[in-house]
Amino acid sequence: MIEICNMSKIYRIGNVAVKALDNISLSIKQHEFVSIVGPSGSGKSTLMNMIGCLDVPTSGEYRLDGMEVSGLTDDQLAYIRNHKIGFVFQGFNLIQKLNALENVELPLIYQGIPTSERYERSVEALKLVGLEDRIHHRPAELSGGQQQRVAIARALVGNPQIILADEPTGNLDSKSGKDIINLLKELHLKGSTIVLITHDNDIAMMAERIVRIQDGQINDDRVVS
Amino acid sequence: MSFIQACKMAVKSIKSNKVRSFLTMLGVIIGVSSVIAAVGFAQGSTKSITDMISSMGTNLIQVNIMGRNSNRNVTYSQIKEFAEENSGEITAVAPQSNTSATVKYKTNSRSTNVLGTSPDYQIIRSVYAQQGRFLIQNDLENMQKVAVLGTAVVNDIFEGTSPLGEKIKINGQLFTVVGILEEKDGGQDQGADDIVIIPATVAQRLFRSGMIRNFSIQATSPDTVESAMEKLEEFLAKTYKDSDAFRVFNQAEMLENLDSMTGTMTAVLAGIAAISLIVGGIGIMNIMLVSVTERTKEIGIRKAIGARKKNILVQFLIEAIILTGFGGVLGVAVGLSVIHFIIGGFGLVPEVYSIPWILISFGISLGVGVTFGLFPAYKAASLNPIEALRSE
Ligand SMILES: Nc1ncnc2c1ncn2[C@@H]1O[C@H](COP(=O)(O)OP(=O)(O)OP(=O)(O)O)[C@@H](O)[C@H]1O
Ligand SMILES: [Mg+2]
Repeated sequence: MIEICNMSKIYRIGNVAVKALDNISLSIKQHEFVSIVGPSGSGKSTLMNMIGCLDVPTSGEYRLDGMEVSGLTDDQLAYIRNHKIGFVFQGFNLIQKLNALENVELPLIYQGIPTSERYERSVEALKLVGLEDRIHHRPAELSGGQQQRVAIARALVGNPQIILADEPTGNLDSKSGKDIINLLKELHLKGSTIVLITHDNDIAMMAERIVRIQDGQINDDRVVS
Repeated sequence: MSFIQACKMAVKSIKSNKVRSFLTMLGVIIGVSSVIAAVGFAQGSTKSITDMISSMGTNLIQVNIMGRNSNRNVTYSQIKEFAEENSGEITAVAPQSNTSATVKYKTNSRSTNVLGTSPDYQIIRSVYAQQGRFLIQNDLENMQKVAVLGTAVVNDIFEGTSPLGEKIKINGQLFTVVGILEEKDGGQDQGADDIVIIPATVAQRLFRSGMIRNFSIQATSPDTVESAMEKLEEFLAKTYKDSDAFRVFNQAEMLENLDSMTGTMTAVLAGIAAISLIVGGIGIMNIMLVSVTERTKEIGIRKAIGARKKNILVQFLIEAIILTGFGGVLGVAVGLSVIHFIIGGFGLVPEVYSIPWILISFGISLGVGVTFGLFPAYKAASLNPIEALRSE
């Protein structure tokens, strides 16, 4: 499903070049549940952005469902992000002036789902993350963990095949963190492919496979027994 | 994404930032309304002057004597004689000398406009006596000290007593009141009714004005105006031997002169209005630019979860149209109210509404709003989502 081959991402700031991704090759099959771990600044988010079709690599190939992503138009990429991928950002990225429900609805709006169905599905998704009593709150009126859960609800409301979660438990206590992971596991059982970035070894262990990144390179890739 | 959905989103976004929305609209309102009001004022003033000249009739010919040489001179009786010889072209001749003077009745006095003229003035200006009589030819020939009063003068110095047959003093000389003019201007204290009419020959002597410099002449019909003017010029040229010593012109020429004058005024006012439109436009521009920059992150989020470039642009386009369009409508309303309640309401000038200028000012502000709402949105929507998300 996800096939990355010799991918590099180099940021140039002035004369300094930062190799955020250094010749990475990685493939993830459908229905896999993969954790990506590594120290801060090692390139995890950069890799996730590439997988989520949010950014373009400096070099290398990326095939998604057999399609070469670099050959797709802007609108085709938007379609993929909209229909195939649910992305949970490290910094939530909620729209501040919209309330929880309106934020969760957004992917469905761009899918062209009619109002009533959109409302039902969004409320359903918010229930799933335990925020049914906060649907009219704006992000500024929610705690960090609650914002995180809104972001998760938004990622899963469109029933995407792939869920990419960048530190979804970073702002949560261990109990709420566990809840989120159990939710991801449930989605995994229902057939989703899950990629999860985390600092927490215990959480990483709950996946089927752990990929370890250091300095933009994969230095370990193992299946959890 | 449906169009209705896009509209809902735009409205939500406008509502969620009321200050920005208000400021944008304010720019449009100021720009549009000032253009409409300024142009309305200019066109209203033009209309009031044009109306006045038009009301004098298309047969009117005006003669101004400019020469200083008093040895050679055309007198009223010479022109009168000339007119009688050319009765095929000319129906009436009225000399006109306006002087400001003090009129006194008993202890009441007033400064007013004293017009020296002849009986023909009635025909040319359609000014008639409502009581008593107007001037007659005999008054001029025998230098009768008689006066016909406008209602503003009557109201001011007679205080209810009937003026007919009474004696008044003009610059110290006694005159008999023989008539009262019909009201032209509602008897307003200043204006067409603030006038005293005396025989031209008497005025000449009273004010020691030497010669009479202005004559109003009425042609028999609009078709004879040209030939009457030619004959007049010929006649005057014979006396003065200098074509710069006098001017003969008709109503059409007066309107033309006026056109160039009021054209300048309209241009100046339109210039001022255009500046305010530009200032308003810059305001719109600024707020649109700032708000899109502010909203680059929002654009990034929307793109990251699957909005196409087109979705983003449609949303911003609708927002800009609603804001500037609504502002424009309010601006038109404010502009028209200024014309109706202030310019027209205080009777400064007649109310004139210029549809083309309404459309032009509305169109320009809409254009500015849409361009500067859309252009930065286009730039932001062209970024890849991560770049847009990174902006704070
Ligand atoms: N826009 C950018 N411009 C320049 N350098 C960047 C940019 N984004 C990321 N980098 C660099 O790329 C490297 C990888 O960053 P990345 O965000 O992928 O790290 P990460 O593994 O997600 O770290 P963390 O665990 O702290 O989130 C870092 O050294 C960072 O400084
Ligand atoms: Mg990161």
